This record gives sequence, structure tokens and C-alpha cells, in this order.
Amino acid sequence: MQYSIFNLIREGINKHKGWPAAFRHPEPKERYDVIIIGGGGHGLATAYYLAKEHGIRNVAVVEKGWLGGGNTGRNTTVVRSNYLWDQSAFLYEKSLKLWEGLTQDLNYNLMFSQRGVLNLCHNLHDLRELHRRINAIRLNDIDSEYLTRDQVKAFVPILNMDPNIRYPILGGSLQRRGGNARHDAVAWGFARAADRLGVDILQNCEVMAILRDGAKVTGIETTRGTIRAPKIGAVVAGHASVVAGMAGIRLPIESHPLQALVSEPIKPILHTVIMSGAVHVYVSQSDKGELVMGAGIDTFNSYAQRGSLQVIEDQMAAVVELFPMFSRLRMMRQWAGIVDVCPDASPIVSKTPVEGFYVNCGWGTGGFKATPGSGWVFAHTIAQDRPHRLNEAFNIERFSTGELIDEHGAAAVAH
Amino acid sequence: MHLIACPWCGPRDEVEYAYGGEGHIARPARPEALSDGAYADYLFMRRNPKGVHAERWVHAAGCRRWFNVLRDTVSHRILAVYKMGEPRPEAGP
Amino acid sequence: MTDQRFRNAAGGRIDRSRPLTFQFNGRRYDGFGGDTLASALLANGVRLVGRSFKYHRPRGIVAAGSEESNALVQLGTGARTEPNVRATQAEMHDELSAASVNCWPSVEVDVGAINSALAAFLPAGFYYKTFMWPPRAWRFYEWFIRRAAGLGRAPTEPDPDRYEKTYAHCDVAVVGAGPAGLAAALAAGRVGARVILADESSEFGGSLLGEAATIAAAPALDWVAGAMAELAALPEVRLLPRTTVFGYYDHNHLGLIERVTDHLGPRTDTTLPRQRLWKVLARQVVLATGAIERPLVFDDNDRPGVMLASAARTYANRWAVRAGDRAIVVTNNDSAYPAALDLSEAGVNVQAVIDARETPPDAWREPLRVRGIDLAAGRTVAAALGRKRVEGAEVYELAADGSRLIGAARCYDCDLIAVSGGWSPTLHLFSQSGGRPRFDAGIAAFVPGESRQAERSVGAARGTFSLAGCLAEGFAGGAAAALACGFGDGVAPPVPATGDTPAGPLRPLWRVPTAGHGGKAFVDAQNDVTADDVELAAREGYRSVEHLKRYTTTGMGTDQGKTSNVNALAILADLTNATIAEVGTTTFRPPYTPVTYGALAGRSVGDRFDPVRMTGLHQWHEAAGALFEDVGQWKRPWYYPRRGETLHQAVARECGAVRASLGIVDASTLGKIDIQGPDALKLLNLVYTNAWDNLEVGRCRYGLMLKEDGMVFDDGVTARLGPNHYHMTTTTGGAARVMGWLEEWVQCEWLDMRVHFTSTTTHWTVVAIAGPNARRLLAELCPDIDLESAAFPFMAWRDGTVAGIPARVFRVSFSGEQSYEINVPSSCGVALWQVLMTAGAKYDITPYGTETMHVLRAEKGFVIVGQETDGTTTPQDLGMDWIVSKKKTDFIGKRGLTRADCGRADRKQLVGLLPENSKDTLQEGAQIVAEIRPKPPMPMEGHVTSSYWSAALGRPFALALLMGGRARHGQTVAVSSYGTTSWAKVVPPIFWDKEGERLRG
Repeated sequence: MQYSIFNLIREGINKHKGWPAAFRHPEPKERYDVIIIGGGGHGLATAYYLAKEHGIRNVAVVEKGWLGGGNTGRNTTVVRSNYLWDQSAFLYEKSLKLWEGLTQDLNYNLMFSQRGVLNLCHNLHDLRELHRRINAIRLNDIDSEYLTRDQVKAFVPILNMDPNIRYPILGGSLQRRGGNARHDAVAWGFARAADRLGVDILQNCEVMAILRDGAKVTGIETTRGTIRAPKIGAVVAGHASVVAGMAGIRLPIESHPLQALVSEPIKPILHTVIMSGAVHVYVSQSDKGELVMGAGIDTFNSYAQRGSLQVIEDQMAAVVELFPMFSRLRMMRQWAGIVDVCPDASPIVSKTPVEGFYVNCGWGTGGFKATPGSGWVFAHTIAQDRPHRLNEAFNIERFSTGELIDEHGAAAVAH
Repeated sequence: MHLIACPWCGPRDEVEYAYGGEGHIARPARPEALSDGAYADYLFMRRNPKGVHAERWVHAAGCRRWFNVLRDTVSHRILAVYKMGEPRPEAGP
Repeated sequence: MTDQRFRNAAGGRIDRSRPLTFQFNGRRYDGFGGDTLASALLANGVRLVGRSFKYHRPRGIVAAGSEESNALVQLGTGARTEPNVRATQAEMHDELSAASVNCWPSVEVDVGAINSALAAFLPAGFYYKTFMWPPRAWRFYEWFIRRAAGLGRAPTEPDPDRYEKTYAHCDVAVVGAGPAGLAAALAAGRVGARVILADESSEFGGSLLGEAATIAAAPALDWVAGAMAELAALPEVRLLPRTTVFGYYDHNHLGLIERVTDHLGPRTDTTLPRQRLWKVLARQVVLATGAIERPLVFDDNDRPGVMLASAARTYANRWAVRAGDRAIVVTNNDSAYPAALDLSEAGVNVQAVIDARETPPDAWREPLRVRGIDLAAGRTVAAALGRKRVEGAEVYELAADGSRLIGAARCYDCDLIAVSGGWSPTLHLFSQSGGRPRFDAGIAAFVPGESRQAERSVGAARGTFSLAGCLAEGFAGGAAAALACGFGDGVAPPVPATGDTPAGPLRPLWRVPTAGHGGKAFVDAQNDVTADDVELAAREGYRSVEHLKRYTTTGMGTDQGKTSNVNALAILADLTNATIAEVGTTTFRPPYTPVTYGALAGRSVGDRFDPVRMTGLHQWHEAAGALFEDVGQWKRPWYYPRRGETLHQAVARECGAVRASLGIVDASTLGKIDIQGPDALKLLNLVYTNAWDNLEVGRCRYGLMLKEDGMVFDDGVTARLGPNHYHMTTTTGGAARVMGWLEEWVQCEWLDMRVHFTSTTTHWTVVAIAGPNARRLLAELCPDIDLESAAFPFMAWRDGTVAGIPARVFRVSFSGEQSYEINVPSSCGVALWQVLMTAGAKYDITPYGTETMHVLRAEKGFVIVGQETDGTTTPQDLGMDWIVSKKKTDFIGKRGLTRADCGRADRKQLVGLLPENSKDTLQEGAQIVAEIRPKPPMPMEGHVTSSYWSAALGRPFALALLMGGRARHGQTVAVSSYGTTSWAKVVPPIFWDKEGERLRG
């Protein structure tokens, strides 16, 4: 059933008894054309675009827990495409363009709100880098604008614009097309749309082994039995090294917890996304009224999705520095997601030396915004067995040649 | 919020330390003899295990000495602390 | 003023000698010391205290503690206002003022309640199904949604209060000071263990404060008082009331928040902080966190006057408040019986106990009969009547399988429905510690599973609900925890006798069948999640408990589902034909109750947000009117404007002075590392790209450091002080990084290398004098160094005295002029500077800041790491091939430089740019484009890294990184910034004194 106001009213009268399941809970088939490992946003998007763009509908998405339970459900929901290097800019902009029509495409309201992303700048060095970045972004035909101190103040009146604070705000860069989306809805929306195209989403199905015949993959061993397919794509943020290891692939990735938290809901007072690399904070306010914040990553390798305290303490000091009026608000919930970080802070969306095995990983702290774009290029890479122009540069070989895409300035938190 | 026992100073809070990543990665004796791929292995490729990890820490806000730690990346349990140059103790995979 | 009509004349733990007045929603009421806002409101007969999040349904007080889901208020006004405070936790103080949140214009008449009328169209997740057309209209819809979002309001002013943090260590941390926690603390404290006992309430005693229990044939609170006295006398025991253990982190770290002065109200005396964050490292933890009573899910179970039975009992016993006049008590277990009796004792007309069980234990029949309370077995309440307060209840017989109601309703006329759906152990901290809860069908609740850290749960927190059991487990747990820390023998103290009535089994009752007249049965009251919503989620495939939570938002309110979680997942289990154990529970995340941001920030606010580093000359710079630039944590003089000067004018003047006569700059922030040891030379050869073997004592040399991938990492001048002794300088921002880098290599890789490092950055004040008159000035002040170039050439250093101060003078130049960097002990810096200023007056000595320094070095083509480099730049890219040794077999980064990508001809290389329009200073960060098009996209091939107007050249110039730039000298390129195009000629990156005669002269 289409989601629409008319059906909502009709079902309202019907006590909502008629809504079908958004996605099935099927039994695994013996064989598929493509298996996607990982039922997060990226994996589900890959399956959706395989079916929609490439006509490959005999696809399974295998998920060890519940779909959207990894970083899709743990991130701070920021969407933007203000990247420095051409390769990144094109990829993230493709993604942003997809976001702009995704609610209608999926017939699922992702609550994608282009309320703007404002990066603050606190010293002369950052200001120089800010201009470099804005110019590069604009010349790639992506929106970005410079806000002076006064313009920042007008745009976000509750910011602390006192020139005498420790890190005064000198200006900022604004991407008006950036914003937030409802993270869980992205997983569910893609799942529903992929399911409607025939994709099997297999939850509680953990991959135990990747089966190979010489240099080719042939299938996977799972907790729900053996499933065969000639092509397997691994999209498992937080577990990339583990799953790639099953296929004998080593990755230049380290996994770290990224700390995040929300406040209690308060009446909306912040209507954009604020990021500051210098004081290490990013914050937005959800449509429920919660202030959603990303803190830094714990520096050590970890697969534990647990909140820790010291990162949060630094984070709160930064928030109160920028927004002194937030001091009496309260942290309601904290958690961590495991981010897979590449040395150049750019992802790997690539074929591998193992035939039929493809990896999509290493998105670090920035994967959510890439969800549709990542799925789109990965679907292309799997379907055509060669990368799309947009993800050509994001190959594994770059770590040997040195042709890295160094985006360390891209996230608000230092990697 | 790890409690780490510096081999020289004893147990101290995590905030006193800095993390140094995977341990026991020896610098190639003759880097020039390596292919780009083999050099990339040294530079970038990491075990990143889900489980016991041999890693390096430095007591940055203390004695500033580096040392090795065996730590479980899931439970965060510390299985061993040992000095630089010492072999990795037996523990887990 | 009101009469506290629901307050009994005697009893309770309030301080009747301390009458207080307070305001709620603009009306004044009376209360007593020891009240909470909730108890005082109930005493005054205020039942309607708030509105729900989505439907704006009228809501009252449900609980007596931190599990309260409904009664959220905006506490206080002005800068000290605080949103979303649970009325049950707001301690009463004089002149307290509070207001309901999320209602307009008032809690009685709330416009938002229109949502209630539209509720049929607003089920769980309705927003995912609509607001999609026309495309891009979401922000229009969202505007309205955001108007409705949120509960309370943020303050609009900075927080006037102060917060503190403290660390503490203990052997045994006991969380919760109910009977089990007190027993544990006693057992551990008596044998000498260092104990911290924390409880979120203002008073210790836990459930005993709200019950009329007996221990050792005396009121239980006598035992509590005795325990408190004993604990207070133990020197190693620390008692923390009003302190919530909100987080259980790795390695037995606990996060505690102590409300130090909140209960005193606004104060002018700020000797004490408002709140204090405790970070406790405990060797053993005893979780005595108790249990939370579950509500029952029936139609309109959210009406003000539906209350947890234990809460109604607590209000009666602890605060002498009757939560209603006429009550029924509805239960599926034994715990509501003593509640009914206590309510009756307190003067509430308890008409009946409605027990879902067919055969309640006989032990309760007689006490009920004595009190004239009916017992209706096999029955339950299916609907509450009334709107803004409960006016009655419909009670039905329940089918044996619980699936339907039988027969006709019996209607009770009542204003209080006290409910008990069983008890859920408070597992939050256990779960945070990494433990997995396990479902215990016997009590129909999750209990702690295996411990993952050094903790144990005791009493109700592990599903033991009898008082005797709580005491026994508390004593045993405390003794065992102490023994684990090396105290005592692990033998638990004897358990005193208690007056427990043995409890019978409970009858699970998750969803009372609907009474069928359209009421809503709430699972999560705060987030307005109904049983129908749970059903809808299951029907739509959101069958995982995490999907249920996220799709319906159950358990995601400020109470984090303390009362709702188990009911929700049990209903889900029922709908999906799974067991509750199979459905499992969601992960409990910190904090247990919300924690103030300010407390987490502590003192790291304002000036203390990050340390400020200042050189010894800072005050001089300030007095001279310098403006400062942040460089890392340092404050460096940026420029010294004279009256009315702009940045541009001041810098032109400062540059001119250096080029024409003499300038002076504070270079103290440069990183300095003292390197000593027989292998010091070997180390330098490995960390720098160039060769150091032939550097003589008395000379210094510039060096570049690379990372292993060949990218430039830092630079600086290093001097040889002795055969095995060097003085290294680094960039200002890189000082700590380089120090760490050297230590890491020597300690981790080259273990046999005999070399030591000492950071000496702040040992020295470094003053550089630069300009054609530099030597002349220095000669006047420095009698003991031969300054002639032959004796003291460029890139040499000498020890001597300057103005009588022992000094080490380096002849180095970052300006391109004749220049000396005079290093003196930090304590002598100001004296040196002043002498130089005075003696230099005849040369018009001019202090200059970082901006002038940057212009001067850029004219010479000297790079700044981090400005001309960005982590992707090699020495060759900078045209500094000359500094990369071809002879050395190894240095850090050597192999990285020979990777395929580093040899590309089209790499971005450092060039100079001369704008064609000589009035046009290029924007730093402007991009060089390959082709100017009417509009983007335009391919980029580099960017401007540094750009200045040069007084010496009389024109602007710039440095840039340009693809294949070295082969493009002479070409003209287009430079684009914010839509404006400039044209510039590519030139070699040096503009001043190309032969270097001035700096060597």
C-alpha cells in the first residue's frame, strides 16, 4: 500500500488494521544473484539500486541483528556534501542529490530537512582553510557560502559571539542544502522499497564464513544456513576488517567508538546543524526537540558500542563554550557507534583481488550522509563488475600507490 | 574509562595515556627493497581484530614511557601489560 | 494559600516546623520542608500537573521517584530555569516556582489537545507515511511539527551556577541505600573496606521510607537510623545522599552526579557548587538499585489519579499525603496489599483490592476484612473514567487465559486507582556494565545475568523482593565484596527478624483487554505510545524490540522507559508468538537519569575551557597594544597597530622597518627540544631528510621531517651544542607532536639508541632582531661574541652575554634579513626585550607580529608547515629537493617518497604568483582553475596558500600549490575566489634577495 495522506486517513478510520508489513521476514533461499552482507542503510540502499537501476532483483541482504542496528541507527544524522577534494565532492554531492528526491522515490518520509550545515571558524589558520574549502566546493558547483561573524550571529542568534572568549567565532561556512534526516527511517524506507522489488532481507542471519572456489566467491555460511551467490558485497561498518578477513582481504582500517548523545527534548531553539572542528563539537536539534550531538572518537581500537565518559566531558565543555545557555540542559542518553577509519579518512568502495567480492567500508564518522550515493555506486560496481566513475578513486590500490584522498579536515572531529 | 597499569607508575586513568595503535609492527629493515604494496602493508594495513589486540600506549601525562598492552577490543579487558621489546605474551589468538 | 487538604495531621518524614510556600502554574501553595514538589502538589489536591508529548492528554503524578514519566515541570525562572524536571525529584524549598511544560495557554486549557481529537490519524510512525507532497515541502510541514516539539524550554541566559568534578577511589561502591544497600555498606564498612554509599534520594532508606515495615520488631526506620549512625561513625565510609550513580563504565568506573545545593533553591552564596560530578573507581561494586513497579496497561490508564500502588503508599507514609479520597487498588501480585492497608491506615477510603489472580494468598484476607476493604479476585480494571482526573473505574472479571473480559463492568466511584503490575529490577547499571539480563518467568521480569565486571546485584535489584531477602543479600554481598578487596572473612552479619508476609506468585498481565469504548491504553505515557501502537508496529514488521522502540518511540522519553519497557516488549512477544525471553530487552544506555551538561563540563568553561599559553613577554605586548592571534594554545602578537592603523597599514610599516632598519619579534613559542646522547646524531639522520654528519659544534642547520608516507610533517633549525648534544627547534604548533614523535621512535623502534629528549620550549625567551641594523645593535650589547660574519656566519650560534644576560645567540633568519635569535632564560626575557627596545630606538626598532613575519618569510619563499603543506605535500612538491639526501640509505619517509603517486609530474608544486593587476591581493584559499567558464563546475588545479601585499615589492604576491607548477613558470593562470577571477603570472617562489646576500651579509 502506498503511503499517503489519503491512505493514512482511510486507515485511521479503519483503526490502522490494513497496513501491510513494511518488509517481509522471509526464509533464505538457496541461491541468489547477489548477496549483500550488512543490513544497514548502505547495504539496503545497494540492494535497492541493484534492483531498481540494474534489474538485479534476486538479491539477499543478510543482517546479523536487526536492520539498521549498526551505525545507521547510531549516528547524528547529518547530511552534507561540502568536501574539499573533487573525488569526495562528486561522490557526496551525488548522494545529496539522491537525498533530495529520496522520500518520494522510496515513498517513505525520511524527514530530510535541508536546514543547513554551518561550520564555525575560530582562528586565522582555520579561516584560510575555510576559504580554500568554500572556493573548491563552489567551483565543483556545490553550494557553500561564507558567513561573516555578523552573518553567523544573525543566522544562529543563540551562539556565543563574545569576541573575548577562548575561541571566538570569526566566521563560518554554510551549506544550505545540508541538514538532517531521520536515521531509522532511512533503513526502513530502503528496506521497504527493496522488499517491494523482490529483495529478501534476512535478519538475525550472521555470516560465519565466506565460501570460495579458488579465487572466486561462491557463497556464505550463515547462522541460517548456507546461501550461494556468485557476487557478494560487504557493507558492514564497524565490522569491515572482520568480514573482509573472512574472504582473506586485509584492510587499512581501524575501528573506533564514536561517542554520541542526545539531550532531553526541549522546545526547538536551534534550527541548523552547527559544527566546529576547533572546539570539537557538532550539534543539531531533532524534530522531537532533542539536541543531538556527536562527540569525538575514543582513540583506541574497539568493537564495544558503549558510551564512555571522558569524551563526553570534553564535548560538553565545548557545547557550553558555544552555547552558554545550554549548561542547565541535560544529557538524556549516550551511546557509541563503531566507525571504521581509513588512513586518509576516505572510504573504500571497490572490487577486491577476490573475484566476485566487493567491499564498501571505511566511511569513518561520515557514512550516514553518503547512504544513497554509496549504495548507488556500489550497486553499479557489483552489477557491472567495475567501479562507476564516481567511486573509481576510492579503490583499495590507492594505499599502495599513495594516491590518497586525504579528507582529514572533513569531519568536525579529528580522526 | 580504562584503568591501565603503567609498568613504571602503576594503575592510572586512561586520560593520562595516549594510544599508539597496533603494536609489534616492525619498521622494515630495508624499506627500499619493498614493493609499493608491501610498503603499504607496513604503512596502512592493520589487523584490527575483534578480540585480543596487541597495542601500544604511552603514559603521556606521566612518565612518558611507551609500553605494550594486550586488550580485548570487545570487553575492553586488559589481559597483559609488558614493556617495549618484550615478546607478546600468550593470550588469545 | 491552600489548606493542604490531603495532608494528614501527623506522620510522615516532613519537617512540620518548616512551613514553605511555593508556586505552581502561577498559584501559591503551602508545603513543608522534606516535601518534594510532587508530594506538596498532592497534599494540596493538585492532580493535573502536565500534558503529554503528542496528544496533550491531561496527566498527573504516577510515581514517587525517578521513574516518574508524566509530572515534568519547568523549574525556576530566569537564568536558573531548568526544563523537564520530574516533580517527584524536585525537593521543596521556600519560594520554589514551577510550571507545567508543553501546554498552552495553560495546563487546564491546552490548545495542543486538538491532537487528541485527531489521534486516530496520528498512530505510531504516522509521519513516515505522509507529508511527502509536494516534493521539498517537508520543511513547510516541519515548521509546524517543530512548533509542537519539545517539552520544557531552555534558559535564554548563561548559567550563573558553578559545577565541580572530583575523582574518588574506593574498595566497595554501594549503589542504593535501601535495606539491601545499607546492609551491604554495613557489612563492608565494618571490616574496614573503603566504602562509598550513594543514593539518589535526599534521605537514605530506599523503599523503607515509604513502607510501614518492621525490622527486629521495631519500625524499620529505626534500623535505618541505627545503620546510618554506625556508617557515619566508620572513618572509611563516605555517604552520598542526593547522588545518582548514572553510569557504569569500563573497568569499574562509575559516574555519579551529586545535587549539592539544588534543594536549597537559588542562592547568592556560591561557595558550594550547584552539582558535583564524581568519577569513582571502585574495586568492587554492589548494585542495590531496587526495583521499579510496573503500571497496568488498560484503557485510559493515563488519567490523573492512576498511580503506582507503591507510590501512593510512599506518599502516605513518607509525606503523610493521601493521593486520593476514594481508592481502588488493582494488582496482579502481593505487593499492593500492604499498600492498600497503608492507604487505608492513612485515611484513604480504599474500597477494594482488585486482584487479577483467581486465588490471592489467604494471608491478606483477614487484614483487608478488618479494614473493610473488599477483595475482588480474578478481576481487573479495564478502563479509567474521567478526563482531567479519575472519577471512577470499570472492573471486569478476567478470562482464565487473560484474553477477554467476562460479564458486565462493576463501576467504582473513585479518584485514585493504585496499580501494580509487578516489579522490574532496576538493571540499568548492570546492563551498562556489560551484563546481559535474563528473563525470570517466576517474577515475570528481567534479572541480572552473569557479571561482566567486578559487581554483584543484591536485593530487589536481582529480583529478591522480601525485606528479609534484601537484608540477607545485602549483608552477604557487602561481606563478599569486602573480602574480594582483602577485608574481613566474607561471613555475612546475622539478619535481623522482619515482619514479611510470604508472597504468592504473580499473574502476568501485560495488556488488559479493552473495555471497548474507545479509550487509549498507554504503554509509554510520556511518549504517548499505546498498546495499539505496539500492535501496529508488529503488524508492519517492526518486530525486533529495537525496531519497536524506534518505530513507536516507546522507552525513549526522559524517563527512558523505566516503567514501560517490560510491558511493551511483553505485549510485542504476545503479538509475535514469541516468549519474552526471545524478544529480549533493549540495551540500557547511560545515564540512568539525565545529567546536567554543566556538571559534565565542570570547571572547563569560560576562561578555563582550554589553557591559554602566553610567553614571558605577553604583558609587554599587551601594553604595546598588540592584537593577538591564536596559534595552537598560544597567544602570539599578530600585529601592533598604532593609532588608527589598519592591519594592512600596520603590517606595511612593520615590514618596511625590518627591510630598512630593524625589527624585533617574540619567537619564544617555537618548540625547543634538548637532545643528548651518543646516538643523537644517528637519530637526527633518521628523522630529518638531510645529512647531519658534517654539522660542527657551533653551527646549526635547517631540517625537514617527514612521516613514513613521505609527507612533510614539521621543520625547524637544529644546532649542535656539543659532540653529543643538540638543540632542536620545531614549529609552534608542532612542538608537542615532534617531541612525542622522537620519543615514540626511540622507545618503540630503536630501543638500543642512547639518546634523551627534554622539552625546553618554555625555558627560553627567544627574541629575534632582524634588519640591516641587527648586527649593529647587537654589537652594542654583546661584548663577548665576535659578530663579524667570518667569525659568526649565517647558520651558526654562539654563547655569550647580551645586555649582561647570559644568552645563546643563533644567527638564523626567517625574514631574509640579517637576523639574530637571542635566547635567554625565560626569567630574563622582559629585561632583554626592554634593553633592546631602548638601545634600538635610534634604529627605530619596530616590534612586529606574526602577520609581518609571514609576509617577510613569504617574500623569501620560506614555507610554513600547515600553510604551504596540508599533509599531502612532499619536499619535492615544495621545490626542496635539495634538502632530501640522496646519499643516506634511510630516513623516515624515504621509501614513501618513491611510491608511484609521489613521482607524478602533475603533482601540486609550490610556485609564486604575481597578480596581473598590481592592486589585487589574491584571497588566501582562492582556487586556480584550468579554465574559466561562465559558471561552475570549473576544473581546479591548485590553490593560493599565502597571499600578501608586499611593501618591499610595492605590489601583491602569493604562494600557491599548482599542478605541475614548476614547469609552468611564466604562464598566466586564472585564480577564482567567490566568483571573482584574477589573473596571475606563475613565477619561482622567491621574491626578495634571491641570492641571499642580505641574510648572510
